[in-house]
Amino acid sequence: MSNKIYALYNDDHILYNGAKKLVEKGYKVNDVYSPFPIHGIDPIIGVRKTRLAITAFIYGLIGMSLAIYGMYYFMIVDWPMNIGGKPNFTLLQNLPAFIPIVFEITVLCTAHGMILTFLLRNKTLPGMVAKNPDPRTTDDMFAMEFLMNDEINETELIADLKATGAVEISKR
Amino acid sequence: MHIVEAEIREPLVLGHKSYHDITEDVCKPVEGRASAIWYLMIGLASILALWGVGNILYTIGVGIGVWGLNKTVAWAWDITNFVWWVGIGHAGTLISAVLLLFRQRWRMAINRSAEAMTIFAVMMAALFPGIHMGRIWLAYWVLPLPNQFGSLWPNFNSPLLWDVFAISTYFSVSLGFWYVGLLPDFATIRDRATTPLYKKIYSITSFGWTGSAKHWNRFEEVSLVLAGLATPLVFSVHSIVSMDFATSVIPGWHTTIFPPYFVAGAVFSGFAMVCTLMLIMRKVFKLEDYLTMKHIEYMNIIIMLTGSMVGVAYLTELFVSWYSGVEYEGYAFLNRATGPYAWAYWIMMTCNVISPQLMWFKKLRRSLVFTFIISIVVNTGMWFERFVIIVTSLHRDYLTSSWTMFHPTYVDLGIFFGTIGIFFVLFLSYSRTFPVLALNEIKTILRATGEHGVKEAPHANPIVTTDNLDDLGSNESIDDTDNK
Repeated sequence: MSNKIYALYNDDHILYNGAKKLVEKGYKVNDVYSPFPIHGIDPIIGVRKTRLAITAFIYGLIGMSLAIYGMYYFMIVDWPMNIGGKPNFTLLQNLPAFIPIVFEITVLCTAHGMILTFLLRNKTLPGMVAKNPDPRTTDDMFAMEFLMNDEINETELIADLKATGAVEISKR
Repeated sequence: MHIVEAEIREPLVLGHKSYHDITEDVCKPVEGRASAIWYLMIGLASILALWGVGNILYTIGVGIGVWGLNKTVAWAWDITNFVWWVGIGHAGTLISAVLLLFRQRWRMAINRSAEAMTIFAVMMAALFPGIHMGRIWLAYWVLPLPNQFGSLWPNFNSPLLWDVFAISTYFSVSLGFWYVGLLPDFATIRDRATTPLYKKIYSITSFGWTGSAKHWNRFEEVSLVLAGLATPLVFSVHSIVSMDFATSVIPGWHTTIFPPYFVAGAVFSGFAMVCTLMLIMRKVFKLEDYLTMKHIEYMNIIIMLTGSMVGVAYLTELFVSWYSGVEYEGYAFLNRATGPYAWAYWIMMTCNVISPQLMWFKKLRRSLVFTFIISIVVNTGMWFERFVIIVTSLHRDYLTSSWTMFHPTYVDLGIFFGTIGIFFVLFLSYSRTFPVLALNEIKTILRATGEHGVKEAPHANPIVTTDNLDDLGSNESIDDTDNK
């Protein structure tokens, strides 16, 4: 089943400018594989801004609530401790001493929650098989991927790719 | 898209390199055979590490009575070493997080190894409170776990418990941050691997990273948010460590200057350790083109700056002890500077306040030998700083009849030097199996900050035309007569 065309470039700028021209011509670039982030490519090929930061904020709120509730239960409700006469009867009075741990747990939950979401959304987990089209795309080559369908004229696309400076074109 | 760098800036990557050259240079230590120097160093480090492990096991077996602690000086080398190692760890996070937020490109050559250093240093640090507990198998009691004692919870008002949470958060978040950054670089090694075993190992460690646009889009967001989280975290951790002392009522500890003073000291000692490690690494792995003189100069400037901050803190402490009018406070500092531990105080002053000031001379801060010597001097000085703060404040307390001295035993010595051994074993093993530079990040700055920009890759491959496209139907379709 050969329904994908891969165009390999040996420079990020050439690929960037090429993608711009191809998109202007009406082609849909399905994906770009590169050894490092090509800044500015996302809006051109239609990759939307990730919402990971929003999830991080939510994890942070969860962590903060957990920490405050936990300490409220341990130190105020379940077993109040009189330590050097420090106020320990209400959460509000004892809160200043709880701030450091509230902060730490918030950061802990935010960071790990975000990393985990990142790995799951990316489908990058231990044992996953990499699907980059060519091993050189993690070294010094940049690949553009096109999904073929009946509407796209293959010969025309390949001619256009060559015109933008692709050094290798393959179909699979 | 076209980034223009001012000519006046020194290049951060020397030589005329292509992207492929960077991959080659960074992967060489992982793929090639280790040099004799590497074997020699790991051999020596292993001996030291084994000695340390032996002493740790001995301590766990018979209890901490084998240390030099006594009733008056109940905290000495254990907490000194703990604070010293945590402090060293701080440079890694500062480089990877704070310098990322400030968009400092020079961090890219050192962040990977500095973060590795952080993780190993924090591991060494965490060891000390653990073994100081005596019964390390009950270490889980510091966690708020449901239990059958009533239920009795740890004291959340105590800075010692804050420390437990701070250090464990710091360690695990640093590890996560580091690993996320490693994924693309592991993928590079995976795709270059020539033996099936290497391919297998790096396939697992790279988690199937492909480098698609969406991956990179998320990757950059995660890096930015984690940097934003790690920045306050790194400041909070050493502040909390300092509160172990500052919230007590011991003269010499009970000061509000401690949190900023400890953070500055941590960055100071951390950068010194980064310098020590980087100078060895650039030589052994021939990374002089990436870890340039400019990088070393930048690090030395940070050492100079933080060293001056530490110096100001020392003088402020002295002034406040006199100005406060508290005689115990005044005596604690007089005793530090002129008492039986004056030698330690003056070693600290010389190493931490005077020696970094020499970095004002451009010639000195661009000298490899001088930087190496200063980095060792600073680390020695910072160890003495913690020793002075801890032991001199304790050894002469309110009751003159209990005044005494602290004498370390061979077990104290063994554990301290042992942790240095374990640290180097970990770091040397890391340097042979991990990409020691963040190669995907260096590639992004090559065009703007490379000495001659990006070397154009040769167009060795003929363009595949439509005529022969159908012959290339299989998965191995792309012509492998590559353009190396």
